Amino acid sequence: MGEPLIDIRGLTVDFDAGQRVVRALHGVDLAIQGGEAVGLVGESGSGKSVTWLAALGLLGNRARIGGEVLFEGRNLVGAPAGELEAVRGAQIAMIVQDPSSSLNPVYRIGQQLGEALQLHRGMNGAAALAEAARLLDRVGIADATRRLRDYPHELSGGMNQRVMIAMALSGQPQILVADEPTTALDATIQAQILELLQEIRRDSAMALVLISHDLGVVAENTDRVCVMYAGRIVEDAPIATIFEAPAHPYTSGLLAALPDLEGPRRRLLAIPGVVPEPWNLPPGCSFAPRCPEFERACEASVPPAIELVHGHRAACIHARSGTA
Amino acid sequence: MSEPLLQADGLVRYYQIRRGSRLFSHRATLRAVDGVSFTLQPGRTLGLVGESGCGKTTTARLVLGLLPLTDGEVRLQGETLPKAGSVRWRELRRVMQMVYQDPLAALDRRIAVGQQVMEPLVIHAIGAPAERRDKALAILQAVGLQAHHFDRYPHELSGGQRQRIVLARALVLSPRLLVCDEPISALDVSIQAQVVNLLLDLQAQMGLAYLFISHDLRMVRQVSHEVAVMYLGRIVERGDPDRLFASPAHPYTRALVSAIPAAHRSARQRLILKGDPPNPIDVPTGCAFHERCPIAVARCRAETPVLRPVADGRHVACHLAA
Repeated sequence: MGEPLIDIRGLTVDFDAGQRVVRALHGVDLAIQGGEAVGLVGESGSGKSVTWLAALGLLGNRARIGGEVLFEGRNLVGAPAGELEAVRGAQIAMIVQDPSSSLNPVYRIGQQLGEALQLHRGMNGAAALAEAARLLDRVGIADATRRLRDYPHELSGGMNQRVMIAMALSGQPQILVADEPTTALDATIQAQILELLQEIRRDSAMALVLISHDLGVVAENTDRVCVMYAGRIVEDAPIATIFEAPAHPYTSGLLAALPDLEGPRRRLLAIPGVVPEPWNLPPGCSFAPRCPEFERACEASVPPAIELVHGHRAACIHARSGTA
Repeated sequence: MSEPLLQADGLVRYYQIRRGSRLFSHRATLRAVDGVSFTLQPGRTLGLVGESGCGKTTTARLVLGLLPLTDGEVRLQGETLPKAGSVRWRELRRVMQMVYQDPLAALDRRIAVGQQVMEPLVIHAIGAPAERRDKALAILQAVGLQAHHFDRYPHELSGGQRQRIVLARALVLSPRLLVCDEPISALDVSIQAQVVNLLLDLQAQMGLAYLFISHDLRMVRQVSHEVAVMYLGRIVERGDPDRLFASPAHPYTRALVSAIPAAHRSARQRLILKGDPPNPIDVPTGCAFHERCPIAVARCRAETPVLRPVADGRHVACHLAA
């Protein structure tokens, strides 16, 4: 395996909440190769979105960011604004959950795409218009030239998400970070959008980071998955391994909590308790109070990520003894 | 079989709207629910699935009498549901309660949750104040909360705990029917399983019937005795959940089932539908699904299929279903 495209090392995020400083991210290590598709799963507040917002410098000045984000030989953490702007959108693009609130309701689709093209590729006038139409066509919007004159409210949610993807592609990025791109969409439309993302990846060798709370979505669309819990990656493994031999009890718990669509119906095995609040983490392993394999040693210190086999890491003291 | 708890017979809800610019506008009819019928026995669960805008929530509101019917009839315990707001309707509301998707929006942020759980008892003038408190505490325990939660405010509880409060408030009047509109969609995966298990336990203990509305087919299969799939205001397929999801008979159900991303999928081919669901104002003639249907024939454009029984006891509204 060669040099990773982006290498996140020990990334931490502290939010200044006035009275106190709350740590949301506790040292995330994540390296992504060119063209790779990686899924990030976890419950709300686990840090999946914050990881990428921090890496791209999008968290604002209330957040203090530590660690390194190495991309093309430079560290994005603490990089000057101008340098970050050259990376954002152009080399690393991001799409978010709700397409309708990401588009400006008072500008036509064509104008918004044109703005992105001018910013990232210096295109103007007829050339930008032609490229915008080509991009809309690329994301499967029929009658693209006419659609450029539409406003976001004239398009459906699925169509608006296609426009967002077109806009993300406008800078010809090396990495696309898709943050819950289909959560706001209906099941049949979700299938269309995921199919589109796969198609684009096959054609362009772009790396994809797919953030989702849905293990199924991640399983079908990525090669590798990182499971996050309370601001840490607790397991990092190829898709097949996660489902067949999960090493972290939280991963096993998530899988057991999901009902099947086939086979006999069984009672769901719920994970007891709730996700701890970031300012009130238990000592040691954050999952310890909810863990079926809890023992005293779990509270002693935060378990480091251990490489079980090549490409499979888990942060659990039991993972060592080969529970996988 | 015992008398059905709930019978919905040809429920219809249309909205008259105006389309076009103000000067040249014309009247149009939005068909939110267009002839929905089902029965629900005591202690059973009917799952209602479909995509946004298919009329699931409108059906729920019609069943409770929260929206007036354009046509059709709802019978509860054999009695035609009286006009909303009437004395008899208020009495019947004790029997049927609603659980909403977003517990934070369904609760009053400025009132302690225990007071909110007692409120239905106050409205229906049941018991003395001390008895109400005991009853509320007992219900809190039944939904897995403790006495010290009584004086908390909604913001002090987690999402799962808030949904338990909403459930407790619905259950305090000992209803027979709970209409649950996406009751777990706003919760995290690990909490969803807790709430679904709780719903199943409560059903077993109290003999509750659920009308369970969700877009999550896996959860619907988990809780339902029967499932109805809706598309553009109509039920297109209805039957036993195991059989319906294992071998969907309606092409729309087939697309919906195949759209579910699955971790360990038996190499089943995904059926990807073209386009978006049509606008409920411009429902296509014939079968409403024919424009997106991969197997539509000429008859589908001309003739609206009716929901009819097929071989294995399930009901399908498709000309081509065997």
